[in-house]
Amino acid sequence: MSYGHRPVLRGATCSFPRGAISVVLGGSGSGKSTILKLIGGLLRARSGRVMLGRQDISRLSESQLYEVRRQLGMMFQNGALLDSLSVLENLAFPLHEHSRLSRNEIVARVHERLSSVGLEDVDELMPRELSGGMVKRVALARALMQDPEVLLVDEPFSGLDPLSTKLIEALLVRINRTLGMTMIVVSHHIPSTMRMAGHVVLLLPGGVVEGNPATLRNSEDASVRRFLTEDTDASEQILAHTHEFEAGEYNPVRRRGAS
Amino acid sequence: MISRLGRWAGGVLEELGRVAVFAGRIVTVTFRPPLRAREFLDELFKAGVLSLLIICVSGLAVGMVLGLQGYNTLVRFGAANSLGAVVGLSLIREMGPVLTALLVTGRAGSAITAEIGAMKATEQLDGLRMMAVDPIDYVIRPKAWAMLVAMPLLSAMFIVTGIVGGYFVGVGLMGIDGGTFVSSLQNAVDFHDDVAGSILKSVIFGTLVGLISTYRGYTATPTSAGVSAATTSTVVLASVLVLIFDYFITALWGV
Amino acid sequence: MEGSPTRDFFLGLFVLAGLMALAYMSFSIGGLQYKGTGGLAVFATFDQIAGLKPKAPVEIAGVKVGLVKSIRLDDTYRARVDLDLDKELKLPVDSSAAIVTAGILGDRYIQLTPGAEETYLKAGEQISYTESALVMERLIGKFLVNVQDKSQSKTEQPKADNP
Repeated sequence: MSYGHRPVLRGATCSFPRGAISVVLGGSGSGKSTILKLIGGLLRARSGRVMLGRQDISRLSESQLYEVRRQLGMMFQNGALLDSLSVLENLAFPLHEHSRLSRNEIVARVHERLSSVGLEDVDELMPRELSGGMVKRVALARALMQDPEVLLVDEPFSGLDPLSTKLIEALLVRINRTLGMTMIVVSHHIPSTMRMAGHVVLLLPGGVVEGNPATLRNSEDASVRRFLTEDTDASEQILAHTHEFEAGEYNPVRRRGAS
Repeated sequence: MISRLGRWAGGVLEELGRVAVFAGRIVTVTFRPPLRAREFLDELFKAGVLSLLIICVSGLAVGMVLGLQGYNTLVRFGAANSLGAVVGLSLIREMGPVLTALLVTGRAGSAITAEIGAMKATEQLDGLRMMAVDPIDYVIRPKAWAMLVAMPLLSAMFIVTGIVGGYFVGVGLMGIDGGTFVSSLQNAVDFHDDVAGSILKSVIFGTLVGLISTYRGYTATPTSAGVSAATTSTVVLASVLVLIFDYFITALWGV
Repeated sequence: MEGSPTRDFFLGLFVLAGLMALAYMSFSIGGLQYKGTGGLAVFATFDQIAGLKPKAPVEIAGVKVGLVKSIRLDDTYRARVDLDLDKELKLPVDSSAAIVTAGILGDRYIQLTPGAEETYLKAGEQISYTESALVMERLIGKFLVNVQDKSQSKTEQPKADNP
């Protein structure tokens, strides 16, 4: 599909195994967030299919998509919490809309979820009063309110200090272990994601590479290895990649300084 | 040159089509439960009550000016006793609905666009979609309907405060007899020709401003610059359209 | 989900004020009838109505007793004015109707002068005695022509018509 004149994810095929934490890695502009949005139906591909189980959701109408989304939960990069509502109301929202639970039952569930992400006494706070780490946790709690089958996570570690990063990582892993929930995580934080992942999808300019973390780390392809073993932010590497693969299929983001 | 004009016209028609589809979606979604009364009332509060002060102050000011100008003009023809009619008719037929619409556009209309645009920029609209809630149902619909309902109410209050202003100037300052003012007003104003047309105008303006402000917010580019541009666009577009529609409604409804 | 009583209170006030303003505009000023028609329906014919409009008030001794329902041309090319008057009004059969002006530049309205008879007009009947409207231009013309009868011309009225 393409953003305006920029084609992204051309000729890409990948899959995400059920019950596992799959991680989508790639440089900026490679289409990581696009994949998430395609799965959620927020974007439509120009060609190709998006299969959820046996269903091709890329051809569904908007109202049909709403049915599908009940099985999905999405944790947005900036939380995407409704800023006019309190934390309690934000979490209660999906249950309020779609379930027949009483007010008390809803509040009980909200508190349950909040404590499972390690938050107490935040009911009356407004989203703008929350710290970065708290926003992420509230967003996670909200995504889980309706017990989805698939959790879509967009850049969970962005803007967080190392401690909060580890906390989020631990939460995600625990949820996957205890609930067996399928997760698709988009991130550029290599260390955490390589630790969490059961399955890795790497979007390189040359094509898509899939596999489990161990296999990929020892891959024969030098660019794959280089990408995955970087401890710090991989932007330097990405810069080198875009330089090398200019003739490739993708139209990578041009950075200032690259020529 | 001609082809550019053609393309521009084509673009305008395309946009018009999109607005029509948007409006259609709002209507469709309105007739489905849930009612969202709470959100509607909140929006009505924001569009109506918060605009009240500016409307009443402006209404008073305009009424007073009409009183003053009206008196100065009528006195030349010895017709100062018709001041009530002049003030009332001007306010009811034109000043009320049009000025109210322009003021509300600037205040509540721009606020609506900014709010929706900001929600789009912070992915809140996407967030709603992922929770299987249509943003047009939850966000747009209450705001649009609130504007439609608030406009005639605000317009009526503008008119009444305007008449009070005119009365104050004409009777209090210029010395016209109070009873003459009122009776001239009552005799000149006809419900069917004047008041009904006024209400119709304010309802149409309310729909117009409601549609434009929500559409512009919904389709804003999700950046700060984009939201700002959308807000300005709302005020400009809605104001101009109100004035243009005003002519056509007056002509078609007119006596 | 949220919403405070204070907000709701002011919202209620707002809506109430708005509706009251609308009502004032419609009824008090605009003269919208909420009683509906169903009053005494009589009519009168005039040579000249000169600017009388439907919904113009009908008064007796300065008190409003109804309004002009409709105006049209009858078979004899006179103006037929249908009136809608108060249901309880007792109008003697020899009453007269005149079209007068409020002030010099004001609107036209109908002034009824009750007669002396004991029988009253019933629905659908005609007011026999009418005085047509004064047309300003004619009046000024007369005034200019009859210099000697200046004061008399001004007060001289066209004779009452007989059907």
